[in-house]
Amino acid sequence: MQAAAGNPEETYNYRVVRQFAIMTVVWGVVGMLVGVIIAAQLAWPELLPSVPWLSYGRLRPLHTNAVIFAFGGCALFATSYYIVQRTCHARLISDRLAGFTFWGWQAVIVLAAVTLPLGMTQGKEYAELEWPIDLLIAVVWVSYAIVFFGTIMKRRIPHIYVANWFFGAFILTVAILHIVNSAASPASLTKSYSAYAGVQDAMIQWWYGHNAVGFFLTAGFLGMMYYFIPKQAERPVYSYRLSVVHFWALIFTYMWAGPHHLHYTALPDWAQSLGMVFSLILLAPSWGGMINGIMTLSGAWHKLRTDPILKFLVTSLSFYGMSTFEGPMMSIKTVNALSHYTDWTIGHVHSGALGWVGMITIGSMYYLIPRLFGRTEMYSVRAITLHFWVATIGIVLYITAMWIAGVMQGLMWRAVNADGTLTYTFVESVKASWPYYVVRLVGGVLYLGGMLIMCWNVWKTVVGSRPVDAPIPAPAMAHA
Amino acid sequence: MSDFIYSWVGIAIAVVTIVSILACAWFLKANTVRRLPQGADPGTTGHLWDGDLAEWNNPLPRWWMYLFYITIVFGLLYLALYPGLAVYGGALGWSSAGQHATESKRWDSRYAAMFDVYLKQEIPVVARDPAAREMGQRLFVTYCAQCHASDAGGSRGFPNLRDNDWIWGGEPAQVHESIAKGRQAVMPPMVEAIGAENVKAVANHVRSLSGLPHDAGLAAQGKVKFEQVCVACHGMDAKGNPALGAPNLADRVWLYGSSEEAIVEAITRGRNGVMPAQLEFLGAGKVHLLAAYVWGLSREPRK
Repeated sequence: MQAAAGNPEETYNYRVVRQFAIMTVVWGVVGMLVGVIIAAQLAWPELLPSVPWLSYGRLRPLHTNAVIFAFGGCALFATSYYIVQRTCHARLISDRLAGFTFWGWQAVIVLAAVTLPLGMTQGKEYAELEWPIDLLIAVVWVSYAIVFFGTIMKRRIPHIYVANWFFGAFILTVAILHIVNSAASPASLTKSYSAYAGVQDAMIQWWYGHNAVGFFLTAGFLGMMYYFIPKQAERPVYSYRLSVVHFWALIFTYMWAGPHHLHYTALPDWAQSLGMVFSLILLAPSWGGMINGIMTLSGAWHKLRTDPILKFLVTSLSFYGMSTFEGPMMSIKTVNALSHYTDWTIGHVHSGALGWVGMITIGSMYYLIPRLFGRTEMYSVRAITLHFWVATIGIVLYITAMWIAGVMQGLMWRAVNADGTLTYTFVESVKASWPYYVVRLVGGVLYLGGMLIMCWNVWKTVVGSRPVDAPIPAPAMAHA
Repeated sequence: MSDFIYSWVGIAIAVVTIVSILACAWFLKANTVRRLPQGADPGTTGHLWDGDLAEWNNPLPRWWMYLFYITIVFGLLYLALYPGLAVYGGALGWSSAGQHATESKRWDSRYAAMFDVYLKQEIPVVARDPAAREMGQRLFVTYCAQCHASDAGGSRGFPNLRDNDWIWGGEPAQVHESIAKGRQAVMPPMVEAIGAENVKAVANHVRSLSGLPHDAGLAAQGKVKFEQVCVACHGMDAKGNPALGAPNLADRVWLYGSSEEAIVEAITRGRNGVMPAQLEFLGAGKVHLLAAYVWGLSREPRK
């Protein structure tokens, strides 16, 4: 298209992609290991020595931050940098700035891993990190936006590929969410107070919290889905029109859904209902992504039988469809009155986290990592298949255990005797949940076991291979 | 509506909400195209990325469109019936506070009769009624066990309710008052009153009162101060005063522990344990049953 296109000397920047891809696997193991530890603590509360920094209350935010921002975050950086280059036929706008986002993000993760066990926290779920770390996140994130959008701007192809729409929306929105929700007045280096108070603080927190799910854990990973599924299936995306409609509807509707986290609280009734209505309208836009991904396989279904990477990618979409159906249902006030504050919520989150986010990431990494090291496939394809089955069984055990425990807790808490007194004390519901906590732990151990298989496979793939930076091909002209 | 400083904000939110939902429907309509004939090739959009990434030109799946429309219609209906538009309360007049009031009223009227029976009886009579004791226990494990433990055995700072040792008095009326109106302990910090040099001595004297191991010399020194100051509430015999909630120091029951350290802490910082008032929260019927249950605990035949 332009004169500069097709310069054979120019290559893609795979270095930063490699760095993030390897750390995705490393942080995945770390974050899931902490998850397994806290799952064990819930079954055996006195498992670990009684020191504050090993207590459940401090390890739990370490787990959530590690899996979302370290594992998920590194995966998003790796894939978005890879995809934006490959679909723009252009090298990243700045190698140095991209390198800064890598080291900056790792610094954030390490600081989180130190400060959270020490009990330094803003007390906002998924936004626990204290203000100096928040500032570092903001700087890294703005650099990320510059690298990503700068690369989009120097693309050598007129149309922007659908995966980049989702990455773009994710990067922009997370910047806004992070900056607004983390606004605080510092009292010392390690302590600050939220800029908001009372129910406004709660509303802003859950506007952030739900859109962290919507943009960090959904839009970003849909970007992954839109590249790796058509690539691995070697089929065109099912419907461009569906991409357009569900993209705009998804990013527009998600913004409104946060109040469903605050049903039957001090939040005004109208705001609660508004959140519920938009959560229900969100169902179709969410499913649009699932349909577009799964229908991309039409004509290539047979590949599912033999290709474990495709198994990961397509199963992730099934879990995505399931949890995005469950989410709107749980936002209905009547259902929420049963499900809220129970382990059902934990089950819902993990069907999204282990099933959707985890599996789409794992599948994408199995596609990506060999290509970053000049190989056509992973060291062992059979190990990928094994990983798939171990992970799938782990997820099924986890979410079924939490569904049963959650619904049981909800029913026990509301059961009344003939005289109007409560049938069960709270602690009886805890006792009744115990077997399910053990099953959940088994599920988590299996999922972690799968990640260890992946670790070994990545090690075998990488060691002895030479890192490559692929040359940038001239954009193909599909039509005149 | 008092949610906004300026009323136009609420109106603006309502307008934006309706326009947004209608915009979803319009956007969907605008992107609706004819269905492809069975087996027809949709063709691609003609864009191509990274060698082989392309897009089919398939129309939106019909069932998916209908699903989208259904949720939009449901949303609009819901906003017509329930509060959701900031300045409009909905045709049904529902509110969460109203729902709570209605349900409370319904449940109260359903069970009031069962509680009223006991309200007419004296507490010792209720305490002898096995059915009432069972109801009392169920109420206890729901409302009281968080502090006093499921077996009413208490824990540090929260009195044991089954040992027949009463800080605020064990008569039925006193137990009832503790539950209904709550209690606020008022042991002040005493260092200034007795002098810092005497704190340890008084603590040793207090330990001697119940026959615990102590330093006899220090205890003798402390006895002097105790009889000048502490007796005002705890009495010359140190057996306490239920009217003030001053505990008996001459028995073996300790709310905050009997170690010298714990007693020094009590003298230095005071003790201000709080039992919250329950009458407004639970209502007269439940408080009456709880009083009977708690009073009866220390009168159960010992096994």
